[in-house]
Amino acid sequence: MYFDLTDEQQAIKATAHEFLAARYKSERIRELAESEHGFEQSDWEEMAGLGWQGLALPEEWSGQGLGIVELAVLFEEMGYALAPSPLFSNTIAGLALAHGGSDDQCERFLRPLAEGKLRGTPALWDAGSPATIGEFTMEARADGDGVVLDGEKVLVMDAAAADFLLVATADGHRHVVESGAPGVTVAPATSIDLTRRLYSVRFEGVRVAPENSLPGSDDEYFPVFHRVCVALAAESTGIAQRTMEMAVEYAKDRQQFGRPIGSYQAVSHRCAQMLLETENARSAVYGAAWAADAEPESLPTAASMAKAYASDAGWRVPDASLQVHGGIGFTWEHDLHFFLKRGKANAAMFGDAKWHRERVADAVLSAAGEPVSA
Amino acid sequence: MDLTLSPSEQQFREEVRGWIEANHPGPEPEAGLEEVMAFRREWQQKMHAAGWAGISWPKEYGGRGATMIEQAIFVGEASRLEAPSPANVLGLAMGGPVVIAHGTDAQKQRYLEPILTAEEIWCQGFSEPESGSDLASLKTRAVKDGDEWVVTGQKVWTTFAQYAKWCMLVARTDPDAPKHKGLTYFLMDMELEGVEAKPLVQITGEGEFNEVFIEEARIPDENVIGEVGGGWSVAITTLMNERAGLAFGAIAQVANGLKRLGALAAETRTNGGTAAEDPVIRQRLAQLYIEAETMRLNAYRGLTKTMQSGIPGPEGSLGKWQWADINQRMAELALDIEGAYAPLARGDEHAIAGGAWQYSFLRSRANSIEGGTTDILKNIIAERVLGLPKMR
Repeated sequence: MYFDLTDEQQAIKATAHEFLAARYKSERIRELAESEHGFEQSDWEEMAGLGWQGLALPEEWSGQGLGIVELAVLFEEMGYALAPSPLFSNTIAGLALAHGGSDDQCERFLRPLAEGKLRGTPALWDAGSPATIGEFTMEARADGDGVVLDGEKVLVMDAAAADFLLVATADGHRHVVESGAPGVTVAPATSIDLTRRLYSVRFEGVRVAPENSLPGSDDEYFPVFHRVCVALAAESTGIAQRTMEMAVEYAKDRQQFGRPIGSYQAVSHRCAQMLLETENARSAVYGAAWAADAEPESLPTAASMAKAYASDAGWRVPDASLQVHGGIGFTWEHDLHFFLKRGKANAAMFGDAKWHRERVADAVLSAAGEPVSA
Repeated sequence: MDLTLSPSEQQFREEVRGWIEANHPGPEPEAGLEEVMAFRREWQQKMHAAGWAGISWPKEYGGRGATMIEQAIFVGEASRLEAPSPANVLGLAMGGPVVIAHGTDAQKQRYLEPILTAEEIWCQGFSEPESGSDLASLKTRAVKDGDEWVVTGQKVWTTFAQYAKWCMLVARTDPDAPKHKGLTYFLMDMELEGVEAKPLVQITGEGEFNEVFIEEARIPDENVIGEVGGGWSVAITTLMNERAGLAFGAIAQVANGLKRLGALAAETRTNGGTAAEDPVIRQRLAQLYIEAETMRLNAYRGLTKTMQSGIPGPEGSLGKWQWADINQRMAELALDIEGAYAPLARGDEHAIAGGAWQYSFLRSRANSIEGGTTDILKNIIAERVLGLPKMR
C-alpha cells in the first residue's frame, strides 16, 4: 500500500509544472484565446521534445509507454496552468488508434502522432443527436471496397489544426479522415471555453479507403473512453487546485472592515470546502488512474466516479473562488473566468456528472448482495 | 503508487479476518446498556487473550506493536465484519497511548494492564457545559492541598462514565496562567467521594453520555499525567489518537451502511417500481458511494503521508468532517426511501429494517458535533492546512 506519486511521477509533475508555468502566463493565455488556432506550434514542438504526445502510448509506436497515472499527472498540470493546447484531443486520438487500429494504421498515423509530427482528433457527436455516449448516427455507407461519410460532427476539438480526424460511425467503427480530404469542411464553433477550440465538421460524400477504417469496434473504445474520462477529470482537478489557491491568496491579502477577509468564517469555511472538493477529486482521479494501469476490471466504475466528482468540483471550486474574489472575480480582466469556463465545459464533455453517477448507481445496485471490500 | 496490500499485509488481513470470523459472538444485545457492556467486556477479554487488544501499543506494554497500516487493516476488518466494540474503547484508543507517552514507570505499571483486560473502564472528562469547542476555557478547578488535589467542577458528554473506573480529567490548576497553560491532566478515580455521574438522555432516548459532577474530590498527586500545567499538550495527544484510530473503522462502517442502503432501495416499492429504479434516488445513492470512495482513498493517501512523516497531519480533519456528512446523508436518504413509513421507529412492528435507519438518522445528528464540530474542523483546515489568518 503506497498511495502517492513515485519519484519518477513526481519528476514528471515538476517538469510539467515548470514548463507550463513558464509558458502560460495570463497575457499569453489571452493572446492565444484571440489567435486563429488557439495554441502555438512552437509549444507543440517543445512538448514533443518532452515526449508528451506519446506519454501513455505504446513504446512500439514511438510512445513513452507510461501509464494512465502519469497521464493524469500531466493533465492535472495542464488544467492547473490552463494550458491552451490540442494535447488532450490528440491524446484521445492516440489512445483510440492504439486500441482499435491495425499495425499498418498505427505505423502510418499513431507513430507520427506520438512523435508530435501529425495531430489527430476524435469526431464523435453528430449534429442534432442527443450526444449519448457511445451512440453515433453517422452512417458508414458502403461504396466499392471503402465507405462514404455524409453528415455533420459537432463539438470536435482542435479540428482546424488537426491533420486527421477519427470519425465515429453508427456501426461502432472509427475512420481516419484527413482534414484536407475532399468534402470535409471545418467551421469554428462558439464555446464558453476560450482555451479549448471547438469546431463543427461537415462531411459531404467523403470517401474513406478501406485501409483507413479501423478494425476495432465499440468494445475497443470503452477502455479508451474510461481513460479519457480520467485524464479529463485530472485536468478539472488541476483547475480546482489552481482556483482554490487563487481564492486562498486573495483571502489573505484582501482587507475589509479592517482585517483580511480570510479571517471571516464565511470566507474561510468556503475555502475549506474548496480544499475538500479538490482533494476528493484528486483521490478519485488517482484511484481510477491506478485502476486503469493495475486493475482494469475496476476501471469503468472508478472512472465514472472520478469523472462525476471532478465534473462538479471542476466548476464549483472556480465558482466558489469567484465568490471569494467578489466583484473583481466577475471582470474580464481577472483570469478566474477562463478557469470557470474551462471547468464547466469539461464537466459537460465525455459524460456529465449525472450520466456518470447513473453508471455508478448501476454498478453498485447490481452488485447489491456482494461483500463490500474494506 | 500501489493501492493493493503487500503480501505480508494481506497475510495480516487474512489472520485478522480468520480470527474475527472464528470468534465473532454475534450481534450485540438489543436492549439494556448493562447487558451491552457485559457483552463488550467479554468480547474484549477474548481479544486480549488472543493479543488483539491495544494492537497499536508497543509489545513491552502488552500490545502488538502493529504498524499503522496493520492498525488500519484491523479496524477496517473489525468494522466490516461488524465485530462488537471492545468495552474499554476510550482506554484502548486514548488512555493507554497517553499513559505510554506521558506516564511515569509507576503509572504504566499500574494502569496499562487493566485497560487491556477491560477490568477497569476509562472515560474522558474534557468538555464542560460552558467549554465545548473552546476546550481550553474549561473551569473545573484543582487546588493543591498537601499531596492531594481538591477538584470541583462539572464535566459533560462523558461516554460510559457510569461504568468507568478512571476518568481522563483536565482541570485548571493555575487560574492566573494564560488559558492553555494553566491546565493539568489527571486520572480521577470515579469511585472517589464527591464524584457523581448522571446519564444525559440524548435525542435517541438513550443515555450513552453522562454529566459528571465533581464536588471537592481529592485526587492524589501521583495521578497527575505529565507536568502540572502541561495538561493541554497531553490532552491534544489524546485527541490526535482518537482521530487517527477511528478513520478506518468509520470507512468500513460507511461501506456496510451503503450496502444496506442499496438493499433497502431494491426492496422498497414506490411509484409502481422499486426505489432502486427511481432516478433521483439513484443519483443520491451514487453520489454517496462516490464520496465514500473519495473518503477511503483520502484516508489511504493520508496514511501513506503519515507513514513517511511519522505524525498525522491536520488533513485528518477533512476525513472526520466528510464522514459525519456522509453518515448523516445516508440516513436521510434511507428515510426518504422509506417514504410514508419513515416515522416508524424501533419497537414498532411495521418499522422498516426494525427501525434501524430511524435510529441512525437521530444518532448521526451528533456526528458533526462529537469529537470536533464540523465548524471547528473547517477552522482547523482553514488555519492549519490553507494558512488563512486566525479568526481573531
